[in-house]
Amino acid sequence: MPKPKLAVFKFSSCDGCQLSLLDAEDELLAVADAVEIAYFLEARTREIAGPYDVGLVEGSITTAHDVARIKMIRRQCRFLVTIGACATAGGIQALKNWGNVQEFVRAVYATPDYINTLATSTPIADHVLVDFELRGCPINKMQLVELIAALLIGRRPWVPRHSVCVECKRRRAVCIAVAQGIPCLGPVTQAGCGAICPSFHRECYGCYGPKEQPNLVSLAGFYGDHGTAPRDLVQLIRNFNGYAPEFREASNAIERGDLSAGAAG
Amino acid sequence: MPANRKFEVKALSRVEGEGALYVKFEGGQVDWVELNIYEPPRFFEAFLRGRKVREVPDITARICGICPVAYQMSSCHALEKALGIDPGPEIRRLRRLLYCGEWIESHTLHVYMLHAPDFLGYESAIHMAKDFRDLVQQGLQLKKVGNEIVSLLGGREIHPINVRVGGFYKPPTKADLLSLAERLKWARDAAMETVRWVAEFPFPDFEQDYEFVALSHPDEYPFNEGRIVSSKGLDIAMREFDEHFAEEQVPYSNALRSVIKTRGAYFVGPMARYNLNFDKLAPLAQETARAAGLDPECRNPFKSIIVRAVEVLHACVEALRMIDTYQAPEQSAVEVHPRLATGYGCTEAPRGILYHRYRINEQGVILDAKIVPPTSQNQKTIENDLWKFVPKYLDLPPDKLALQCEQAIRNYDPCISCATHFLKLKIERD
Repeated sequence: MPKPKLAVFKFSSCDGCQLSLLDAEDELLAVADAVEIAYFLEARTREIAGPYDVGLVEGSITTAHDVARIKMIRRQCRFLVTIGACATAGGIQALKNWGNVQEFVRAVYATPDYINTLATSTPIADHVLVDFELRGCPINKMQLVELIAALLIGRRPWVPRHSVCVECKRRRAVCIAVAQGIPCLGPVTQAGCGAICPSFHRECYGCYGPKEQPNLVSLAGFYGDHGTAPRDLVQLIRNFNGYAPEFREASNAIERGDLSAGAAG
Repeated sequence: MPANRKFEVKALSRVEGEGALYVKFEGGQVDWVELNIYEPPRFFEAFLRGRKVREVPDITARICGICPVAYQMSSCHALEKALGIDPGPEIRRLRRLLYCGEWIESHTLHVYMLHAPDFLGYESAIHMAKDFRDLVQQGLQLKKVGNEIVSLLGGREIHPINVRVGGFYKPPTKADLLSLAERLKWARDAAMETVRWVAEFPFPDFEQDYEFVALSHPDEYPFNEGRIVSSKGLDIAMREFDEHFAEEQVPYSNALRSVIKTRGAYFVGPMARYNLNFDKLAPLAQETARAAGLDPECRNPFKSIIVRAVEVLHACVEALRMIDTYQAPEQSAVEVHPRLATGYGCTEAPRGILYHRYRINEQGVILDAKIVPPTSQNQKTIENDLWKFVPKYLDLPPDKLALQCEQAIRNYDPCISCATHFLKLKIERD
């Protein structure tokens, strides 16, 4: 039986999530034994044509050409999986979605006519059906290996949707928000990193995006009541996953003044 | 071969990011060469404005998943200059150790996974592993040691979370660092073997009169500090960068190209550091290089694979030295008091000097940012190489010639994600 074909596609991104596959130093050759890495520009010169069993997509959509390319890729992939914050939420470059277009035009460089780009950076799921999203900025390489293993035997990948707080407690880290009074996104952010930041005595800044049913109204209200300025709350939420719907709505609401003090009640 | 033709490599492989190559011949001569970086720009300098000093190292890390530490280091140094603070010797040691980890990880990735397959005729390291499994395993384990350093100090390999302006959030204990020492001793030996292995590869006879540009420090092989010097007499402080270097734009690429104002193209990265700082390498790295037949002066970019291996060896030795002399600092980070100021920072990313400049205000908010990554500095030199290199191989069939050209580009370990992070854009509504 031929090996299942894996393809890795890149859009606008830092390359870090696809690098996670090469960073799985102990597992990489075993993965390559189990699947044919058919298309992976960062690692392989020759391209094996589709269709592919699994397509991993890194990066966000920022050009008209990208819009056409992701549709073509979707047709070639049985399972399409987005890897990382750019592909699932638009990434840090989605901060330009809040930019003032006039201001951008003023910032134009010497010869702007040479460059084409859309005004927005958008997640893959805004353009095609996505079968599974692997979160993180960057993704956790062990979750990636789990994902590939699960798809190989046809079960759903085990990727928890609960909050970073659960991992934080398991790691016995002291709560940053309660003990130090620092606004931390842990309560609304999906687990997966292993609560690294709190264990290094700093706040979670939301690399894995919104957890299942996050209550940002309550959390932002709580931090607001305890003295965090609205502008600082907006910047905390408007980050690598800032354009994810739940985070986006919350930061827009704070900016509009819709999240008033006492909302935590 | 017909005298008039053109060929394209539509998607360069085994490089970080997305680019293409276009070569046109006329009358049997190379008529045009374009390195087309079509990776879309991401606007970092624009959206850094208005963010707080504290957030900058977290944000700039995201420019590049291969060398996030470099972005964090240049950000921190530039901002600390603006703030007028010095984090002290133990933080300096930790940063140096962290950088060693990134050099080991990034260089080993390039040597084993991206570049060596060219010399041995494989399409990837995974295919190479079918014949040389132990060797590829050695490369992966060596890379892993680099990643372990970054993880221990930074919290994770990609986009470390522990680096901050003024120091670290939580510095490691001496015992934490000692846990790395045994692995590093193995890595040092593996790096020596790597130097010997790659030095045996067949190298095309190709030398150019480059202007190498790198940091230079009186006592050490450069990472975070020093003056910017060149092989043609440049010798300036970091804050003078903008006076001597300019960026130009070409219609076919999404990356700006940096040039020396008075002379044009220049060359940054391992080759430049090595040629300008050979005597500052660890004695073991110097001896191993000489024994492998690599002279202190090397102008053949194909031999950059040996230079990278020598730098991995140096980084292993240097990391062990840092661990040996480290004492945990009393304070994890120096306190930050914002003021209206401009700061300049330049550090040696794996691929060469990475320049950052920030203007900040009294509230610690970024007013203006400028970032010049290594690959945009090498871009013009890469094209110059191709102009010279292609005519030597005109008789090859197109696919072979394309492979040769890709290899010539890979000599620079180009990081295209880095090179296009910063271009100012024209916005077009869909």
